[in-house]
Formats: sequence, structure tokens, C-alpha cells
Amino acid sequence: MAISKVERLVNLVIALLSTRQFVTAEKIRASVAGYADCASDEAFSRMFERDKNELRDLGVPLETGRPSRTSTVEGYRINRDAYELPEIDLTPEETAAVAVAAALWESPELASAAQGALLKLRAAGVRVDTDGSGVVAPLPPRARGSEPALTALLAAIDARRAVRFTHRSSPTDPWTQRTVEPWGVVTVHGRWYLVGHDRDRDAVRTFRLSRIGDDVEAFGPEGAVQIPQDVDLRARVLAATSPREPAGSARVWVAEGRAWELRRLGTVVAEKVVAGRVGAVLEVPVRTWEWIARIVAGQGADALVLAPPELRGEVERILTAVADPQPVWAGDAVDTTGEGRR
Amino acid sequence: MSTRLSARLGRLLNLVPYFLAHPGISAAEAARDLGVTPKQVMDDLNLLWVCGLPGYGPGDLIDLSFSEDSIVVTFTAGIDRPLRLTSTEATALLVALRSLQEMPGVVDPSAAQSAIAKIEAAAGTAAVPTGEHPGSGPEAPGEDGDDPVAGRVRAAVREHRAVHLTYYSASRDTVSERVVDPIRIVIIDEHAYLQAWCRSAEGVRLFRFDRIDAATVLDEPARPPHRALAEDEHLELFEGDPSLPAARLHIAPAYTWVLDYYPLTDVRVLPDGSCEALMRYASPDWLARLLVGLGAGVRVLDPPQLATAVRERARAALAAYAALDADPGVGPGTSPS
Repeated sequence: MAISKVERLVNLVIALLSTRQFVTAEKIRASVAGYADCASDEAFSRMFERDKNELRDLGVPLETGRPSRTSTVEGYRINRDAYELPEIDLTPEETAAVAVAAALWESPELASAAQGALLKLRAAGVRVDTDGSGVVAPLPPRARGSEPALTALLAAIDARRAVRFTHRSSPTDPWTQRTVEPWGVVTVHGRWYLVGHDRDRDAVRTFRLSRIGDDVEAFGPEGAVQIPQDVDLRARVLAATSPREPAGSARVWVAEGRAWELRRLGTVVAEKVVAGRVGAVLEVPVRTWEWIARIVAGQGADALVLAPPELRGEVERILTAVADPQPVWAGDAVDTTGEGRR
Repeated sequence: MSTRLSARLGRLLNLVPYFLAHPGISAAEAARDLGVTPKQVMDDLNLLWVCGLPGYGPGDLIDLSFSEDSIVVTFTAGIDRPLRLTSTEATALLVALRSLQEMPGVVDPSAAQSAIAKIEAAAGTAAVPTGEHPGSGPEAPGEDGDDPVAGRVRAAVREHRAVHLTYYSASRDTVSERVVDPIRIVIIDEHAYLQAWCRSAEGVRLFRFDRIDAATVLDEPARPPHRALAEDEHLELFEGDPSLPAARLHIAPAYTWVLDYYPLTDVRVLPDGSCEALMRYASPDWLARLLVGLGAGVRVLDPPQLATAVRERARAALAAYAALDADPGVGPGTSPS
């Protein structure tokens, strides 16, 4: 019975792992089970070429070199150190994190890559329990954007290749073409971002993944993109997405038993009666003023800003716009300073 | 090139060290671990059994003793360790682990951090710097920290024990105390939730981790009713539920970011860059709070009662500021006597 291709490849790996000497193709043909059936030299060469590619695709580190000083043909061997997964010892907590991570992916490419990684970890003796207690069943995250785009970006980053894609900065903007040297993908506050050098704008740019179209296309040679060694991608995203205004704190009066959204953010510093209503004065730490203004305004009469006056002014401006609305069609009454309110 | 063949070759090469690391495992257990059928495991073993070192004599072939019940490798022919992770495999795990670190609740962030370091080390040169700067030890988990409340909730899920929660309900804007029977942890969009049987509500509820203010693991076992375990429908947040009322909203161009944060559907973009969209809601009070806060950016087109409620809420607040100015009472800077 003829030896199957997969059997021949397993034999080839075993043979080339077992030798420190480089082995010529001719010797491989003579000694490795599965090549004897080749009718001609040409058929063998073709078969052997395909087999080598198959191994390289799998990540098998195939090396070439002279079998001896006097030989004129190249030989082959597998570098055992580069082949073998080093010892890896994960704690139960770390293993649990890895199991959840592997289950996050939905697309076939990333899901099978993650499963492939799990198999190797298991083969290295790590006990990964994917269906134990406290199973996590992830659903497609809106925040991640499309996985095909992510897969293409990760592959391009890996190969150090430039990418082209369509992008829009808001869900209602038209799509534009961008050309970017991708550096990395990071998540910040649960949202996914691509950071890279935008060739058209000749500057570092951050792109929300959910704003990138499915049409990510890598182009140009591999290795063309230089990722700066000391770049902190996460800090880049934070700088691009966080407002630059300094944070501080606010004093807010909240009615008794109300406005828990604010109560759990701050601490009660005093009791206070406003217009006959009993309540408390809160000291609330502020991450961004726009954010706190939205929350306080939303509470209506149950929460009132006492200080600072700028925050009170902003809240009253919001309330006035809502209490006495302009018709929607009455021209562009858009507040352009709303840009950073996220 | 057939990817099926390459997947099988990869599995075969890793199978020998796998059985070396799990001596005596059954074909069924191995099949579950490897994501294949027991028959595939047996087929793989039948194939490996005839592979080996050149010569292919009795001492050269991979030596296995196997039955459905127990598989033991006695000679590996040199395949002692699994292959290194490819860069795609390493990236798939590392990117996912980094995103989990960012998401409070699901995993212990410091465990995710140390797993990242170990996998990066094991992957060697294959790992892609997709994360924060290399070896970003201190700042990554430090920012959100290892939340002790989330840790206790995870422990309750793991140990199948009931847990007492102090929980902020955004829809009712209240904090309440309740005892729940954990079912599991789920991730929906960018948030992690505890799915549990709520004893006070007598139903399955989702508790967002960042809204759990306190948690005490109880001494009694978690006993969610059987019917609660079988159902997956509780995982749908309310956005898709057609039985809920819907509001039609007009969103100004500078506010279209709300589309990312709230469950808006049927989005229609208008020529000026603004848009109209539909939002389903379970709590009119919650929606009114949201909409007043968004100010001029988002307007209610329908239903009219909601538009009125939003307007009245804002007017009441302005009246309260007028009353505050008329009677400032005890100054804000004064401490309680």
C-alpha cells in the first residue's frame, strides 16, 4: 500500500529532527519512507519541494547547509531548539485566562489559530480546561469591528507590510481611503484600535477598528515597515482619545434617595436642603467635564452643581437647549465643541 | 496546498508529545481536548504507529499502546515536544489576552499579564509586538488593578456558590442588595457580565461587572433552577426585543458617536451628516436621563410623551437652579456642623 502524504511528512520531520548533520535530498529519497515510490528524479524533486513548503508553512524550522566540507550539494535538517516549544508552566489562573482568550475569536482564521495554540500548550503539559466551571460564552463584540479586517491587519503587522483600507471617522461620514504602516493593534477601555504611521498624512494615527472597512489590503514587500522599538501603543491611543483638559472635582447636591449614578461616584461631604428638599452634597472626582456635565444634567432636578461655576454653566446650557428646543430643521445648530464628548 | 492536510500534520506532530504529557488518557478525553472525534484520534494513532526513524525496524517506530480507554506512548522517535507557536497562533492568544486585561471582571488581570509574558517568552521571535511596549509589566494591570470585588464574583462562579451583591441598576438608577445564584460569566460587546439567577427577581439577570459595588461569597451552594441553565435568550440585551417600546431619535453630526455606545438600529443618514435612528428601551426613566444629558445633540422625534418627559425634566432642573439661587442655604464649602 502506498504511503500517504501526511505519513511521509511525519517521517520526514522525524528523520530531519534526529540528525545534526545536513542530509542531502538524495539520501532523504533513499531513506525516508514514502519517497521510494517516485517514478523519476523529476517527480521526486517536485514532491520534495512541495513537502518542504508544507513544513515551512507549519512553522517547522528547516535549515539548509553543506553535509560536509567537500560536498557540492545542499543538505537539510531541522533545528531542534527552534522546533520545540520551550518549557511553559502556567498557573491555574493563567490557564483560565488563556482558555477565555482562545474562546474570544469568532472568525475561522483566528479561532483556528487560537485552537492550534491551545493544542500545543496542552501537548506541552498545560492543563487547559475550556469547559469547566464558569464558562464564558462570548458574543460578537460591536466594539471590535470586523474580524476579517483584524485578521488582515494582524497578518500585515506580522509581515511588516503596509496596508490600504477604507475608513470613516464617524458612522455617518463617507468612507475615505487610508494608507498606513501598521504598528500594532491595542485595546483601550474595551475598544480596539490600530496604531500606525499614516503615509498620506505623514504622521502617527490611531484608528478605531470598528471604523475600518472589511477591505484591508496589504501591499508592498515584507519587512518594509519599521516599527519603532520603544513605542508605547497604548499611550498613543490614550493621548489620541482622551481629552486634554485637566480633571478635577465637583460639588454636586443630590436629592435624598435619588441620583445613585452620582452617589456611587462621589462621597457625601454635607447635608443640605434645597428649596425644601432634603439632600446631600457630594464631592465627585471628575475624569472629564463634559462627561460629568452630561450625567448631572441627565439627573434633572435631582442633582444640582454647586461648584465649579463653569460646570454649572455647562449644565445649564445643556438644560436650556433641551427645555426650549430649536426645531430640528432650523439650520445647523450643531455644537461643534461636542467633538470630544466620548 | 490543502489546509486540511496541514491541520492534520500539525495535529499528528503535536499528538505524540500530548500523549507523553497525559499518559493513560482515554481517546474520548483526548478527542474533547483536541476538538476532534474519538475516531479521528484512533485514526491518527493508527497512522503514527507506523511512522518512525529511517530503518523503520521495531526499535525505530513510534511505540504506543492504545485502546479506547487508555493511550500510552513508550517511544517518541524524537518528537518529545510540541512545535513552537507560529506568529499567528501567538498573536491570536496575545491580542485576546490583552483585550481581557482591559475588561474588568472576566479574568484576573495580573494572571492575564503573567500569561502574556510566559507566552511571549515561549513563542520567542514569533511574537508580534501588538501590545503596549514590550514587557509592559507595571502599568498594564496597574491601571485598572486587580479588582477584589470582581475576584470574589469569579470565585463564586468557580466554586458554584451563591453570592450577595450590592448592585447599581442603571435602568432604575438605584443601588440594591440581592442574593444571586451564579450561572456563568459572559462577554457582550465590550462589557463582562455575571449571568445569575436573581432570588429577589426570581429570574435570570445579567449583572455588569463594573456596576457590582460589593460582593460577598456565601457559604451555601449556587442552585439556579434547571430551566434557568438551559436558556440562552437572556444573553440578548434589550436592543433586539421587538416587544419593547422604541424611540425615534434625531442625532446631530457631532453626536453620531452615540451610535457606538447605545443600541441604536434602523440608522438613516441625512444629507447634512446628522441621522435618525431607533432605540428600544426598557426604562423610560433611564432614556429620559440619557437624552437630557445629551442636550442639543439628540432630539426625540417620537413618541411625543417621551419628548415631553425629556423637556419637562430639563425645565424642572432649571427651576431648581433658580430656587437654589433664591435660597442658597448653607454654602457648599461649609462642612456639616
